[in-house]
Amino acid sequence: MTFEYAPAPESTSIVDIRPSYGLFIDGEFRDSIDGDTIKTINPATEEVLSEVVAAGPRDVAAAVEAARRAYQTVWGTMPGTERAKYLYRIARIIQERSRELAVLETIDNGKPIRESRDVDLPLVAAHFFYYAGWADKLSYAGFGPHPRPLGVAAQVIPWNFPLLMLAWKIAPALACGNTVVLKPAETTPLTALVFAEICQQADLPPGVVNIITGAGETGRHLVEHPDVDKIAFTGSTEVGRQIARAAAGTRKRLTLELGGKAANIVFDDAPLDQAVEGIVNGIFFNQGHVCCAGSRLLVQESIHDELLTALKRRISLLRLGDPLDKNTDIGAINSAAQLERIRALSEIGELEGAERWSAPCPLPDRGFWFPPTVFTGVSQAHRIAREEIFGPVLSVLTFRTPEEAVAKANNTPYGLSAGIWTEKGSRILWMADRLRAGVVWANTFNKFDPSSPFGGYKESGYGREGGRHGLEAYLAV
Amino acid sequence: MTATTPLPAVADLVNMPEAWRTLLHGLPSVDQVGAEQRAAMLATRSIKTTSKAWALDLAIRMVDLTTLEGADTPGKVRALCAKARRPDPTDPHCPQVAAVCVYPSMVSTAAAYLAGTGIKVASVATAFPSGQAPLEVKLADTRAAVAAGADEIDMVIDRGAFLAGRYSEVFDQIAAVKQACGNAHLKVILETGELATLDNVRRASWLAMVAGADFIKTSTGKVQPAATLPVTLVMLEAVRDFRERTGRQVGVKPAGGIRTAKDALRYLVLVNETAGPDWLDPAWFRFGASSLLNDLLMQRAKLATGHYSGHDYVTLD
Repeated sequence: MTFEYAPAPESTSIVDIRPSYGLFIDGEFRDSIDGDTIKTINPATEEVLSEVVAAGPRDVAAAVEAARRAYQTVWGTMPGTERAKYLYRIARIIQERSRELAVLETIDNGKPIRESRDVDLPLVAAHFFYYAGWADKLSYAGFGPHPRPLGVAAQVIPWNFPLLMLAWKIAPALACGNTVVLKPAETTPLTALVFAEICQQADLPPGVVNIITGAGETGRHLVEHPDVDKIAFTGSTEVGRQIARAAAGTRKRLTLELGGKAANIVFDDAPLDQAVEGIVNGIFFNQGHVCCAGSRLLVQESIHDELLTALKRRISLLRLGDPLDKNTDIGAINSAAQLERIRALSEIGELEGAERWSAPCPLPDRGFWFPPTVFTGVSQAHRIAREEIFGPVLSVLTFRTPEEAVAKANNTPYGLSAGIWTEKGSRILWMADRLRAGVVWANTFNKFDPSSPFGGYKESGYGREGGRHGLEAYLAV
Repeated sequence: MTATTPLPAVADLVNMPEAWRTLLHGLPSVDQVGAEQRAAMLATRSIKTTSKAWALDLAIRMVDLTTLEGADTPGKVRALCAKARRPDPTDPHCPQVAAVCVYPSMVSTAAAYLAGTGIKVASVATAFPSGQAPLEVKLADTRAAVAAGADEIDMVIDRGAFLAGRYSEVFDQIAAVKQACGNAHLKVILETGELATLDNVRRASWLAMVAGADFIKTSTGKVQPAATLPVTLVMLEAVRDFRERTGRQVGVKPAGGIRTAKDALRYLVLVNETAGPDWLDPAWFRFGASSLLNDLLMQRAKLATGHYSGHDYVTLD
């Protein structure tokens, strides 16, 4: 007997996508002055959802000007208790509209509704609530008696967690008294534009939050604008380098959250079934479009075969398909370009001699899809063990001793996250002291909380987001 | 150096008390936080329309309709048996339940009413629910129930001995009861609410399976918490792993505290995505429950007719 789950699609009637959107500048949606247009599509169906602006340099200048004015006249001088009220209001409206935002995120991004509903949206609201609480307590944050905001923050965010990355950027910036110009990713602009509506709904003073859409060129105009005091970027290491070069020699403060190639390290005494869940969650959560994804599985050689058998059995159960179906585990790859990159690197993995295994799941005819894939027999020399694939592809390597595990885990230009699976508490602490990664998870993976700082070592970037530490990036300290 | 002693065979190993400790504590541990998360995630599965209809009927077929009260009388048991045969008197297509579960003294009554229906008579035994009686008493209890016509025996393990680390004693008792069962199927109640940790649940599951259990069962229903999703998850992992190692399939029965159709569907999802579809059969998965059946019937009628019939339209027995 087989238990077939009937389709259980989440209704889309709650979202109202306009045929086109302007730019959100100075509290209102405006037509572009010198921009172009780009189309945003549903990656699960390839249908065009809406047309948005690719903002030009004059659009960018108008947004920065509005942010500067709001900083000088309203937001920068407003007492923290008052700023907090706006942030709490925004957080509550996000909760009230969370189903709408979750559905829209899934349509525009391709991630499963279960994830946008149960992970993204609760974290988005939690981030605003958390930083609302800090707004009137900055004197007690450990940055001096009266820490000052920086001014205008230029924020550029990626497409993997569109609304969550917006929250990570905007909530601390506003709590500290800065105003922002934020550019969402070109493939996922829609939830940011609904967030602009939420700012209006919350009566946020005009110019405090400005949302300009566009691709890399718009982002470049934004971060190079001379009246920007602070740049916050989350995205690829390659673009991060360009931004660092552009900001060099200017007064602009810079925080970067870039790529990763995290090691998920499993010892022979690990709780096996939960380790399997953690590995699956580590690499297949959000189709592997996670900068801190556990894309390198380092398994103690003595349990390699047993673990791989259990892992493949579990991966075979993953349900790939319609992201709006409440039972879907793996959604669509966000774009044709990203799918191409995943395919290319996977082919290189095969050419280099690693053994490829993909889950035996049928792929839909339309849209961008990639089956959950595991490469075994991978060595440190293989490109799939070194380069960020940013897709549902796991590379499996082995180790013999804790020392070797640490050496291999650290043998990467990145250093965003790592996972340790063992029943020995002392070994967890020993490993965590030696792993050069911003986040080290023990017997879990991909856990996020607004009170916990997040950020990278080495080429994974600098600065921390979240927690008390996240305030520092938006204060003149 | 002394001469090397030959390695003991597995059969000898299990007869050595300290070997049980090595064996059970050598099982992969269970991370409670992770197990709870997995169970919670599976509880979000959305079972609708055709799959819901299929699952509700399956759940009815998996019910061990139970009455285990000091106040049980032949009249009460007779009513329960009638309910087991025709759960929904208005719908001839409604399936029968799997079994009726009673105390040993009620077995002959139940057997008489269920003769020829295919519905099994299950009896609790071995000084249920505490299991705190001499082995001879437990065996006599079991033999009496089997002699009275029980097809299935639901025994309790000696939790005191298990928690004290006397694993071989628990093993010997289960093996002895299994022998006393003859052809009757043996369900071993672990009483997970008293074992407290998921590591203990996994160890007790293995101990029971090696000793010959045909089913492992969570609870007596007399101790809180009774069946929970994380506990059942760990037991389903245990039967899955045990079949992989030994080739022998063992059933699972959560019992106690499962009252709604929604709960039952969550358990079926757990079975489907943990042990696998081979266990989606009344021969391999059961619900120990009393009030669950009526909610299953109400949801079944709702799905067929589009409206709730109300509590007065399901029989109270």
